[in-house]
Amino acid sequence: MTNGAAPNGAAPNGAAPNGAASKKITRAFSLQPILVPFYALILAVLVGGVLIAIVGVNPFTAYGYLLKGMFGSPDRIAGSIARSVPFIGSALALAVAFRAGLFNIGAEGQLLLGGVSAAWVGTWAWMADMPAIIAIPIVILAGMLGGGIWGAIPGLLRAKTGAHEVITTIMLNSIGLFGVRWLVSSQKPVVLRDIESTAPRTRPIAEGARLPTFLDSSQPNLHLGLVLLVLAAIAMALLLDRTSFGFEVNTVGLNPGAAKYAGISVNKTIVLVMALSGAMAGLAAASEVSGTSGTFQPGTFAGMGFDGIAIALLARAKPIPIIFSAIMWGSMLSGAPLMQQEADVSIDVVRIIQALVLLLVAADAIVRYIFRVKVETGNEFAASSTVEAS
Amino acid sequence: MTTPVLEVRNIRKTFPGVVANDAVDFTLMKGEIHCLLGENGAGKSTLMNIVFGLYQPDNGTIEVDGEEVSFENSRDAIAAGIGMVHQHFQLIPVFTVAENVILGSETTKGKLLDLDAARSIILDLGKRYGLHVDPDAKVGDLSVGEQQRVELIKALYREADILILDEPTAVLTPGEVDDFFEVVQSLVQQGKSIIFITHKLREVLAVADKITVMRSGTVVGTAEPSTSTQQSLANLMVGHDVTLQVDKTPAEPGETALVVSHLQVSDTRGLPAVAGIDLEVRAGEIFGIAGVQGNGQRELVEALAGMHKIDGGRVQMLGVDVTSMSPRQISELGVAHIPEDREKHGVVGEYPIYDNLVLNRYFKAPFVKRGVRQMGAIRAEAERLIQMFDVRTPSMDTLTSSLSGGNRQKTIIARELSQDPKLMLVAQPTRGLDVGSIQFIHEQIIALRDSGVAVLLVSAELDEIMSLSDRVGVMYQGKMVGVVEAAGATRETLGILMAGGTIDEARTDGSEHRGSSR
Repeated sequence: MTNGAAPNGAAPNGAAPNGAASKKITRAFSLQPILVPFYALILAVLVGGVLIAIVGVNPFTAYGYLLKGMFGSPDRIAGSIARSVPFIGSALALAVAFRAGLFNIGAEGQLLLGGVSAAWVGTWAWMADMPAIIAIPIVILAGMLGGGIWGAIPGLLRAKTGAHEVITTIMLNSIGLFGVRWLVSSQKPVVLRDIESTAPRTRPIAEGARLPTFLDSSQPNLHLGLVLLVLAAIAMALLLDRTSFGFEVNTVGLNPGAAKYAGISVNKTIVLVMALSGAMAGLAAASEVSGTSGTFQPGTFAGMGFDGIAIALLARAKPIPIIFSAIMWGSMLSGAPLMQQEADVSIDVVRIIQALVLLLVAADAIVRYIFRVKVETGNEFAASSTVEAS
Repeated sequence: MTTPVLEVRNIRKTFPGVVANDAVDFTLMKGEIHCLLGENGAGKSTLMNIVFGLYQPDNGTIEVDGEEVSFENSRDAIAAGIGMVHQHFQLIPVFTVAENVILGSETTKGKLLDLDAARSIILDLGKRYGLHVDPDAKVGDLSVGEQQRVELIKALYREADILILDEPTAVLTPGEVDDFFEVVQSLVQQGKSIIFITHKLREVLAVADKITVMRSGTVVGTAEPSTSTQQSLANLMVGHDVTLQVDKTPAEPGETALVVSHLQVSDTRGLPAVAGIDLEVRAGEIFGIAGVQGNGQRELVEALAGMHKIDGGRVQMLGVDVTSMSPRQISELGVAHIPEDREKHGVVGEYPIYDNLVLNRYFKAPFVKRGVRQMGAIRAEAERLIQMFDVRTPSMDTLTSSLSGGNRQKTIIARELSQDPKLMLVAQPTRGLDVGSIQFIHEQIIALRDSGVAVLLVSAELDEIMSLSDRVGVMYQGKMVGVVEAAGATRETLGILMAGGTIDEARTDGSEHRGSSR
């Protein structure tokens, strides 16, 4: 551009110049080497151990039970994975939008809308007679459509009015939550509520629409949703990295100005990506409704969208790594009750550890300092040319 | 003129992976205008940022008035009597001149601001050095030239004896440059010493008492203006013989390729930026648009490229009405666009070079098949373009952001020419580039013209406009104030137009205009 000679014009190590907070967030997602999350986990576990010791429990005992709860038997492993499955979808909801430079904080609401849509369609009378081969895809697609529409709304608002998606997705979370709650709990009129149940939830979906399970003995059951969500992650990876649509999404995310210049419709891309993101959350919710519970109950999804943000952050918003960070995240939550039961350490310790991991990944300077991880600067060529700006 | 006021010895400054300054010696005498000349990246700004306390050197000493100093920050440098006027002004637009000047070292009466005292000091300084500004004017309402005066007053108010001026003329019209040089002369006459950073050879010869030339972090020579020519300075700056002259044959204009009628465009704030422009560009000619930056040129080009909403008027390209077309539709007609802002529009820095080389064709065969990108075809095309346009890069997988400015611009030009355009929109094609790249790009633009392409060239560098164009239009406040044949145009004529004068004024005054910038 201009021969920048402002006092802070030089960025000697190739790092982005100090900018808005969103720049910082962007960097946390995109530039972390895989080492940082790994070391952050180790540090967080150490700090968690100290906390456990302070409350008077041997940290090794506590962590022993945690591990046993996570992976102590085939059933527990299956249960841990089953618990993790929906997190893949809620993390993809963030990751896909993120590639277009959008922060989709709305997985929480998109899950709810996806879940309620899947359950509603699954309870249609004619669905009862449908074979699984037809009923399952209908329910899954209904979930994706519900989540997708709820995701497309903030996309449209952004494209048409410039309203920031962080604000609109958070608002839509509330609208979605209370709207869905009313749908499943209202007694007068009865909308979707199962009047035979005391809990506010929908009626059970058609038997044919239930996802087949691999293992009934685990808690929760390991079902076909695992395959669906892993396939979704692979599909997203291929879509974003190999197709011209993915190229457009990446271009919009990395440099909207250049995207516009190159003839890409930035607005259209934003709406499509947000719809796709919402559909990923919707898929996760439909898989839970038809694989785990068979009904829709809003409480099941509480916090799942926000956990998805954390999981995506750990996986640097990359679809395939998300599978693994989701399983790590879900397994810890799945193993924590055994730790509480046997070692008398609150399951909240796991939440603290998870929060610490995130904190350390966001404030990566701490991890880099302790473990001497260098900042990624590209190559020497990069370093030498950036000083030209000085 | 005999005592050194600033002596810099053996300065070394490294940034990770690069030596920005090495063994740099620099001496500024009292009452001297000392030009620091060098290409972008030669280390001029790094050196001056060290002198102004913004960077700390790894090695070496700085002496002010014979005493060794060590600056922790710019506050220390200011205390030692050094002032710096940055290329990008550091002013607050909503504050008045007086408020801006005192900001950071406020005059006070008890706990209260004393603006009256500041006002009288500013008027005083104005009288002494010919820096006339109204202390109560809002800075945002001032012209760029006036804002620059405010920056100078700011430095003088802090009692600077050594003034560092970083590319001060980049934003001025030729007429304003003349006024500015008068101010500079009056400053040195009253005992100030000046370091003048620039890459414009003409200006160096016009004002310097002494010239120091830097290249790749070191001082490669000093020169006296009396015994130097533009050619000798350019050779010293680049390190080998360079051609400053652009060779071209007379244009052979063909059919009209671009017709703009009564075009109106608003800027991002909604204010009119292009206020009813008419122009025509024919195949095989270069139509240059001169003008001081910010007079609507950016909006004009972006509107023509389809990137900016058109409020009124019509645009016809290659016989097609494109007034309401999208960038993609316009590009598909055979219109290429070298954007003004390379980083914001021209390339995606985080992409490898090969992706940027197909950014205009990624959606077409053979680069995509049934929605799937064909990396083989993309890489083959990148290989071809990198060879053809001599893009200097370790590999096509290198991130584009790590290329030098010149190679980034070559990447953009390679891509835009790859689709055999009939009409080119070229904005600021050589801004911030080294002499070698500038030469290459000028040759490419001339070659395009000779092959029958219509070229619309916008540049803030008057020399570039004058040497490349066949016809020149001058923009001032969103209007085309005059169109002249390049062959008969002089700097003075264009300068008067750039400042808002009329063709008639330019004709009568042009001959008797002080030509000190020539």
